[in-house]
Amino acid sequence: MSLIANDGPLPDRQVALVDLLDRLLSGGVVLTGDIVLSIADIDLVRISLRALIVSVSSETTASLAAGGGSDES
Amino acid sequence: MTAPALTYVYAVTQPTSALDAALPTLHGIGQELLRLLPSDGEGMPLVFVVSDVPEADFNETALKNHFEDLEWLEYVARTHHGVVQAVATCAPVLPLRMATVYQDDHRARQALTVQHRAFSARLDLLRAHTEYGVKIYLTPSTTLEPDQEATVGSSQPTSPGKAYLRARRAQQHTRESVYQQAQVAAQAIEAIAAHLTTQRVRHAPQRGALTATQENVLNDAYLVPDEQAEEFQAAIAEVARRFPDLRIEVTGPWAPYSFATPPPETPDPAAPSHHSGAPTAHREPP
Repeated sequence: MSLIANDGPLPDRQVALVDLLDRLLSGGVVLTGDIVLSIADIDLVRISLRALIVSVSSETTASLAAGGGSDES
Repeated sequence: MTAPALTYVYAVTQPTSALDAALPTLHGIGQELLRLLPSDGEGMPLVFVVSDVPEADFNETALKNHFEDLEWLEYVARTHHGVVQAVATCAPVLPLRMATVYQDDHRARQALTVQHRAFSARLDLLRAHTEYGVKIYLTPSTTLEPDQEATVGSSQPTSPGKAYLRARRAQQHTRESVYQQAQVAAQAIEAIAAHLTTQRVRHAPQRGALTATQENVLNDAYLVPDEQAEEFQAAIAEVARRFPDLRIEVTGPWAPYSFATPPPETPDPAAPSHHSGAPTAHREPP
């Protein structure tokens, strides 16, 4: 597969965190590792994230127009 | 690293010379170098892309706590994604869910070997395909608060109460019509997808402040053959132009996160997978 799209996002443009978490928490291969985070835990994370996100400053919230999330150092 | 370490797995891939060349330039969580762990299974060679992570940060208790910390979560998510993207430019890739961790390389290799056949089949299926996201938002102008709406009404209100009720009615009417538009747009997207994509997964609509002020009513992921990716994006952009009251956004190209695990039922291109979340392009206005 090639991830180079003619019209795709610029390489340095940050992916919105919300899109990333959709894929990294509910997508991807699920293997039971030695350190177990169950699906229930992940779901709890998603729920608590929603609650937590409310308290996050607007600086951190993804700017949809720019398609970016916060600037993670 | 001298502190006790665990093995963090980013992705399954096939070893290629391009990957070997890129590997020394790539870093994982905590700037650790990446390693390739080979599977002992029969058939096509497979490797896990891994790095060391501190046990103190990734043991069960620490992990649960860290998952409540948005900053930490964002760092790990972006790093994980960065590794997956970099590997995907060199070789076909199956991304793993975030935070898959083993006690050591030996345990990780065992886990990979057990799944060798399933991973090989999945990689074959996803070869020369790329994931794209398609989202529909109601734009802020269509989801005004009643008091905002009252100020933009053109009629002369006789009393604040009447003005409020009128504004409420106008707002409800607007919302209903926009929801209907969203439904029509979703159908148009499905018609395009029927020709140009091979699989779909519905993610739950995005809620919370991370989605800014716009209400997300559709959050789909499509698996698109590489040779049709351009046409697919152009067709969705065309739909977007037809619906000025909606914001229709394509995200990607993504590594096939949403398609890394086969859906439980028989693979029907239009079948929703195990992912939760029903389409909500049609909804009762509150």
